[in-house]
Amino acid sequence: MAELRLARRSSFLPLTGLMCVLLLVFVSVASASRDVTRGDSHNQTNSTAHKKAFPVLSFNYEHVRKPFEISLWILLALLMKLGFHIIPGVQNIVPESCLLIGVGLLVGGIIKAIGEEAPVLDTKLFFLYLLPPIILDAGYFLPIRPFTENMGTILVFAVVGTLWNTFFIGGMIYGVCRIEGGQLASVDPLSCLLFGTIVSAVDPVAVLAVFEEIHINELLHILVFGESLLNDAVTVVLYHLFEEFTHAGTVTVVDAILGVVCFFVVSLGGILVGAIYGILGAFTSRFTSHTRVIEPLFVFLYSYMAYLSAEVFHLSGIMSLIACGVVMRPYVEANVSHKSYTTIKYFLKMWSSVSETLIFIFLGVSTVAGPHAWNWTFVIVTVVLCLVSRVLGVIGLTYIINKFRIVKLTKKDQFIVAYGGLRGAIAFSLGFLLTNSEMKNMFLTAIITVIFFTVIVQGMTIRPLVDLLAVKKKKESKRSINEEIHTQFLDHLLTGIEDICGHYGHHHWKDKLNRFNKAYVKKWLIAGERSTEPQLISFYNKMEMKQAMMLVESGSTAQLPTIVSSVSMQNIKPRGPARQRAIPSISKSREQEIRKILRANLQKTRQRLRSYSRHDLMIDPFEDNVSEVRFRRQRVEMERRMSHYLTVPANRQETPPVRKVCFESEHKVYTYDDSKSPRGWTAEPDPSPPDAVSLLNESSQRANQSSEHRAKHNDELRAKVPDEKEEQDQLKLSRCLSDPGPNKEEDLS
Amino acid sequence: MGALQSLPGKPEYVDLAEKTGFSFEQIGILHNRFKQLSHNEETLLRDHFNDIPDLACNPIRLQIIEAFFDRRNFRQNGEGTVEEIGFKEFLVVMSHFKPPSLHMTQEQRESIRRDKLRFLFNMHDADNDGTITLEEYRHVVEELLSFSEALEKDTAKSIADAAMLEVASISMGHMEPDEFYEGITFEHFLKLLNGFEIESKMNIRFLNMDTTTLCK
Repeated sequence: MAELRLARRSSFLPLTGLMCVLLLVFVSVASASRDVTRGDSHNQTNSTAHKKAFPVLSFNYEHVRKPFEISLWILLALLMKLGFHIIPGVQNIVPESCLLIGVGLLVGGIIKAIGEEAPVLDTKLFFLYLLPPIILDAGYFLPIRPFTENMGTILVFAVVGTLWNTFFIGGMIYGVCRIEGGQLASVDPLSCLLFGTIVSAVDPVAVLAVFEEIHINELLHILVFGESLLNDAVTVVLYHLFEEFTHAGTVTVVDAILGVVCFFVVSLGGILVGAIYGILGAFTSRFTSHTRVIEPLFVFLYSYMAYLSAEVFHLSGIMSLIACGVVMRPYVEANVSHKSYTTIKYFLKMWSSVSETLIFIFLGVSTVAGPHAWNWTFVIVTVVLCLVSRVLGVIGLTYIINKFRIVKLTKKDQFIVAYGGLRGAIAFSLGFLLTNSEMKNMFLTAIITVIFFTVIVQGMTIRPLVDLLAVKKKKESKRSINEEIHTQFLDHLLTGIEDICGHYGHHHWKDKLNRFNKAYVKKWLIAGERSTEPQLISFYNKMEMKQAMMLVESGSTAQLPTIVSSVSMQNIKPRGPARQRAIPSISKSREQEIRKILRANLQKTRQRLRSYSRHDLMIDPFEDNVSEVRFRRQRVEMERRMSHYLTVPANRQETPPVRKVCFESEHKVYTYDDSKSPRGWTAEPDPSPPDAVSLLNESSQRANQSSEHRAKHNDELRAKVPDEKEEQDQLKLSRCLSDPGPNKEEDLS
Repeated sequence: MGALQSLPGKPEYVDLAEKTGFSFEQIGILHNRFKQLSHNEETLLRDHFNDIPDLACNPIRLQIIEAFFDRRNFRQNGEGTVEEIGFKEFLVVMSHFKPPSLHMTQEQRESIRRDKLRFLFNMHDADNDGTITLEEYRHVVEELLSFSEALEKDTAKSIADAAMLEVASISMGHMEPDEFYEGITFEHFLKLLNGFEIESKMNIRFLNMDTTTLCK
């Protein structure tokens, strides 16, 4: 334990040293840049006097200044993030977002102390470069099922909740300002409402950052997160509305009605723009089978264009981005290659991680740098009002929502939803956009305080509170094929019951949408045969692919995969009615030949079948023999073979089923060795058979029955070979043996 | 109980409400629907169900209809099937889809879970022997995939096999190679769908239904 701590500390020290060095470098370079410009002009006057010697080494920082500084900032941010994960124990107490803000404050403080000008969280930088990756990542990986199931609740919270917050906070602040007088007396109601708009919106970045770490159950996560995404439309509309009104001066009823209309235009328009780009992206991905390398770029570019196009018309960019990701995803995933899918996933995660880190650090830096106008009353009232209005809003809305929900929200749920309403950088950036400068500083200070309070205080305390209240956590289990089967079954069952009741409910419309999707949309947007693949089969394919990858990878890293359970296919296959041996006894010489041939071909046959069953991973005897090239080739072959098997009609008796038979017959052949020596195989110097086979051998002396199972299984697989005649088995055996390599055929024919 | 006055002359509703947990309003609406489906007769036959047009595109239509005529779902510990059902049986089967109410203890929630899972189990276990065999499970998967054009029998089989293997592994852990896993018993089924949270998923909204306007 002491060594561990020592090791940690020793890795911690160089890291902090590195970070300090970097900080110093950055700061000195920033100040050096000023000297350089001065130095250059000085050199100019000198050169006219006498000819300078040819400069062997010269220093030209201006040339690369901007990209250099940007890269340095990003590098610094990521090193900080790295540092937090290395330091033990910190992770569990303080959420990462708080630490990053702290680092930002530190850096801002240092920069200010030196007297430099710190970079501020420029609004354009934030909205155009830093925010889209996070939203795209969230939208692309949005869990659709819980989102649509709770759509009503989420919309109510997002729209009505935000409206309530805005007017409550704005109104109360105005009242307080009136009462206080003094510096605050000049605040007019519209400014207060504008302020209320900015400060009341729940921020997706902050929510994501904090909720990612507490692993709360799916329902609550999607409620808070969905609300933070969808309230963007409300925020956009209200912000522009109040901004206009502040300039115009007067508010009429027509304006108010136009505001409502504007809300619908903004939100639905944003979704429409996103959906159009999504469909375009899906359609494009249909044709990318020859240029796999650029597939991820299409996803990113179409989504970014959707965001920018929505911003052009002042529609809700966030909703557009979400709609684009959601619409695009099922079709793109069916079309792109596995590598592209991984690339998309990792690039999105990477960009959103970088963006999030930068946002929080900049938030800290801007806090130190920005002009502040601290007013105790205003700030404290704002913070208190934010909390109060959130709690009241959630309680009131839940009371109404619970009348319509099947699964009601409990008090615990309400508390988490209320407590999880964090404010973040969006509020800050919107505040920065304010043009009315007399109140701007005061507003900004208050906004920053609210953000700090919610992210730091609420962010830090939410984890112990979740544990204290014993809120249900996210279940960690992987999706299994049984759950998928039953999810689908349940969908159809509930739709059926709804039809019997005559009630056109949630399930009925979902079913209609699915059928429309299958009948028309998929044909257009998915390439090739995949367009008619039912969801269950594509799920199964995905799982098999994953498992096969795992099998191959574990084989190559010389690590023995543990046998999950010794239940294997033979345990569930029904025993045939006739228990006689279907396999004839083979002569010894024949057996030798078969053994030799199979041994030589074991590498190919090893991977063929066992990946189809999840629960008897086998110990790989070849891990030391498999070279990189062979391994890669095997993997490619397996991928091809698997997709070949699952999408091609099974009537073909040649290649895939025969390979299955081949593998089964290995077992058959090996079990004959039982009579001689169970461990005979392992003594061989050549590549030995899979140990699980010997396991089987050891545990079962009644090899005949298991081999007979295989025969039955082979028959079923071989599509309509009903009876187990001996000649057929011989035929199968020889056919399979002739399959692995063409040069082996002459041995047996 | 103001609802009682709105439905005069229906004292049997009290008994039904107690048995199934529906409110009088819901029972009234369902009774209307029952009469609509059965063309104002006293009992429902399988053909009446077949007449519902929306149900025709449901891949597991037959199993759903069978579930209504399965005595095991009538909560009287009966077995076998019947040919026709009255309103009481209709209501009892429907009551399997009621959501759990807000104020429920953990045991009540647990018993509702068992109830719903029992309903699902009965739907899979067609021959009523208490276990879901591999053949029956295969049948389930085939039915689910029956409406897709490119149905390969082998794919359905291998999916069902993989699923069965998973159940066996979860329930039995270790098995000798010559042992045979008979089928999924109800206990194994419970264990399998442990994390499925079926009490929040297997629910129908029974309010606000005005079935008279939704006639076929």
